[in-house]
Amino acid sequence: MITPQPAPATGPFLGKLSLDALPLHEPILVVTFIAVAIGGIAVLAAITKYRLWGWLWRDWLTTVDHKRIGIMYMILGLIMFLRGFADAIMMRLQQAMAFGGSEGYLPPHHYDQIFTAHGVIMIFFVAMPFITGLMNYIVPLQIGARDVSFPFLNNFSFWMTVSGAALTMISLFVGEYAQTGWLAYPPLSGIAYSPNVGVDYYIWGLQIAGVGTTLSGINLIVTILKLRAPGMGLMKMPVFTWTSLCANILIVASFPILTATLTLLALDRYAGTNFFTNDLGGSPMMYVNLIWIWGHPEVYILVLPLFGVYSEVTSTFSGKKLFGYTSMVYATICITILSYIVWLHHFFTMGSGASVNSFFGITTMVISIPTGAKLFNWLFTMYRGRIRFELPMMWTVAFMLTFVIGGMTGVLLAVPPADFVLHNSLFLIAHFHNVIIGGVLFGLFAAINYWWPKAFGFKLDVFWGKISFWCWVVGFWMAFMPLYILGLMGVTRRMRVFDDPSLQIWFVIAAIGAAVIAVGIAAMLIQFGVSIWRRKELADESGDPWGGRTLEWATSSPPPDYNFAFTPVIHSLDAWHDMKKRGHQRPVADFRDIHMPSNTGTGFILAAFCLVMGFALVWHIWWLVIASFVATIAYAIFHTFNYKRDFDIPAATVAAVEDVRTRHLAAGA
Amino acid sequence: MSAPTITADSITAVADEPVQFYDLDEHAHPEGHSTMLGFWIYLMSDCLIFAILFACFAVLGDSYAAGPAPKDLFELPLVALNTAMLLFSSITYGFAVLQMQQGKVKGTQLWLAVTGLFGLAFLGIELYEFHHLIEIGATPQRSAFLSSFFTLVGTHGLHVTFGTLWLVVLMVQLGKHGLIAANKRRVMCLSMFWHFLDVVWIGVFTIVYLMGVLR
Amino acid sequence: MSADPHHAHAGDGPHEIEMPHASMRDYLIGFILSVILTAIPFWLVMERPLSDGATAAVIMVFAAVQIVVHMVFFLHMSPKAEGGWSITSLTFTIIIVVIMLAGSLWVMHHLNTNMMPSPHDMSQLP
Repeated sequence: MITPQPAPATGPFLGKLSLDALPLHEPILVVTFIAVAIGGIAVLAAITKYRLWGWLWRDWLTTVDHKRIGIMYMILGLIMFLRGFADAIMMRLQQAMAFGGSEGYLPPHHYDQIFTAHGVIMIFFVAMPFITGLMNYIVPLQIGARDVSFPFLNNFSFWMTVSGAALTMISLFVGEYAQTGWLAYPPLSGIAYSPNVGVDYYIWGLQIAGVGTTLSGINLIVTILKLRAPGMGLMKMPVFTWTSLCANILIVASFPILTATLTLLALDRYAGTNFFTNDLGGSPMMYVNLIWIWGHPEVYILVLPLFGVYSEVTSTFSGKKLFGYTSMVYATICITILSYIVWLHHFFTMGSGASVNSFFGITTMVISIPTGAKLFNWLFTMYRGRIRFELPMMWTVAFMLTFVIGGMTGVLLAVPPADFVLHNSLFLIAHFHNVIIGGVLFGLFAAINYWWPKAFGFKLDVFWGKISFWCWVVGFWMAFMPLYILGLMGVTRRMRVFDDPSLQIWFVIAAIGAAVIAVGIAAMLIQFGVSIWRRKELADESGDPWGGRTLEWATSSPPPDYNFAFTPVIHSLDAWHDMKKRGHQRPVADFRDIHMPSNTGTGFILAAFCLVMGFALVWHIWWLVIASFVATIAYAIFHTFNYKRDFDIPAATVAAVEDVRTRHLAAGA
Repeated sequence: MSAPTITADSITAVADEPVQFYDLDEHAHPEGHSTMLGFWIYLMSDCLIFAILFACFAVLGDSYAAGPAPKDLFELPLVALNTAMLLFSSITYGFAVLQMQQGKVKGTQLWLAVTGLFGLAFLGIELYEFHHLIEIGATPQRSAFLSSFFTLVGTHGLHVTFGTLWLVVLMVQLGKHGLIAANKRRVMCLSMFWHFLDVVWIGVFTIVYLMGVLR
Repeated sequence: MSADPHHAHAGDGPHEIEMPHASMRDYLIGFILSVILTAIPFWLVMERPLSDGATAAVIMVFAAVQIVVHMVFFLHMSPKAEGGWSITSLTFTIIIVVIMLAGSLWVMHHLNTNMMPSPHDMSQLP
């Protein structure tokens, strides 16, 4: 039974912050901190030694180039992925150990933070940065644009995401993280039952990152609507661009809901209002209702861009145009709309009754129809194609097999009576990992293997790629099939210790599966390292290593700052394939000045102020909240007084860059 | 390898002239050509924030927790006065836009200033109302109804506050650089923002105040 | 979208910044209409010439109409603005808002009915 706890004391200068906030009594955290500190110091020292600070600041931190921002998003996603996976493996180990009277090795306070942090980090700071990075890098290239519509805003969005991630990471070493589960349901997340700073870290980390996500969504929508190359009507857009458009529409139409809902929760905690409290008319159920109105579209935000990736990969490696392009587009649009009318299936058991449950059960099942249509389209694309089983295609096939199972267990859960049995069980955990790992992560790995040569000019090593692939696929099935079985036997999620010894074997198998995945991750990191080391051998001078079909393959790898010296004119879907087929002539003279946006440090600085403000809010350091708020607004206003935000790349520079490309192409031919 | 089907488009394009695959005579997009659409989409996202607050008010608006109800609290003449302030500020913003279209910097600034004053009057009246409610014990903490009332109306007020701040910044920028393209665009963006707040207020006075008193 | 590939950039018309053109006439019509549409609901609620139900219906309709008036005369909404994307995004937003409001009310009504027994029912619980 949870009882209300007293709130900790606060001081005028540091708010609730004191030396007690440092988790010195937790050996795991102390060791982690020492490791992180040593690693951090080593990196900083290396940057200083090789005098890279200027380069880092000028070329990366302040960049407005969508390609560099895309790469930075991917790096952020990768770093946070390692953190999120560390949480996962700790949970697996705890659950495999804590039987027969053993308490395992994690105390409840720590374990509860781990499962919360794992969920939050994997969704908001791994999956979101990965897909945003991917869309940022690829979409402008695919539509033949030079950058996004609002390049400065793009930089700002990225740093806001970093800022939110940083605040979440700070909670590891200063204070604590939420112990509420990843959606922080009240009343548990209310001030009465969570009086410490954990939930506040949760709220402000997500709020800051949410601003970035929403703005980047607006940016990409406008980019796709406004900056398409001449001739590229909506129905000539590559499928990845289509799915990105729909994902970004979902972002803009759902993240404000999250922002508003978390603001109300924050008001309950900070101002004593009664939206979601047990007293004075508040309704905790309203929070659950609102958060899932955001939460369900979020699932499709994650997976839609990857459906686009699978489409591009399947078509390229089958050597055919995509089967059923039009139906693919309409299926995507259907999913976009339908994703807004299924949210109640996350709380069938809360008691809304037969009529409501049937409606949402049926809509949930309906959404599997457009998804199924997509799957058939991919299969028919492969049918009678000349399939090349390169790494991206292998990941795609693994996705198809895995995702179908995840999708079917999803339809199972959509049946309200079945959900009453399976709700909150490990079956549910297995289901959503099945679709998120099988759908989102596999797609990301396909995308990374597919577009890496575009971003860096050399392919990824195949040997280590295959080791990573097999470890991931086998590890995934080993880690999550036992969870389906346990869920069917009635084991609920988020348990720290177990009584029934007959269950232990399944948890041990799952833990071994997680270890196999760990090998897969290590192999992937080795793959990146080996490929960078052997980049000369793996180099691709053509810019089109796979026989691609869309515009990003029309330019060099990596693309020049301006992407295209002359904007391509589009005559058909699969524009680059069309250009190759009809013998286009790449212009090699008469280059012109190209108008480009200038770099700016404003995004970085504003996000830094927001990070300070978030930290101050968490710890109730009110003077610092006010100071950083005023600084943010003042600096933003100051930025609006800068009217000179772009420059011209001179024609001579363009000519020099393009000449190098001409020589490379000639050497390759 | 199966050949891709030739689309209807490519057939028409092939005809006689060689197909043009690159835009050799292109012109850069004019600066800020996407800003208005981007800002509009931002407003749509803001609209959803208000929608959530309206949803909360709709669901929790009758949870008085044995505390005061709208009938006991709202003074419609005051709300009518406040609505009038916002309506006047709308038309004066319109006059500012008309002045801008005629290229008159001073006129634009003047009407923006008048708009700002109406905005401040609106905020003053709202603060007076909030102060009065808190004085008589109808605080945001009193009941879920009052929590959602204060948050919805307060969020709108916060937007008006930022709009007013923006007005001031814009007047300074107009004074510094005149009616250059970038500033015209900003006047139009703020115009959208300001009129959007009007639209939200229509919802607020109808659903919160008028329907509240009826209920 | 435009089928002619040479017709500038897909779907966004000519190469200058699109600015909605406002006129004094529009603003005055909008203002007068909105004054009327505001004044009548306030009068109805303050003076109560109609029944409660009828008053509620009328003021809701007036609010809807007034929102349209503001959209057209102050926000210069038209099917053609920004190549149709303004009105498309507005329509989409309205759909989402309606789904969210109606859905929340429906769901929460059922939850409240089923899960929050009134004091009378409470006494009969075991």
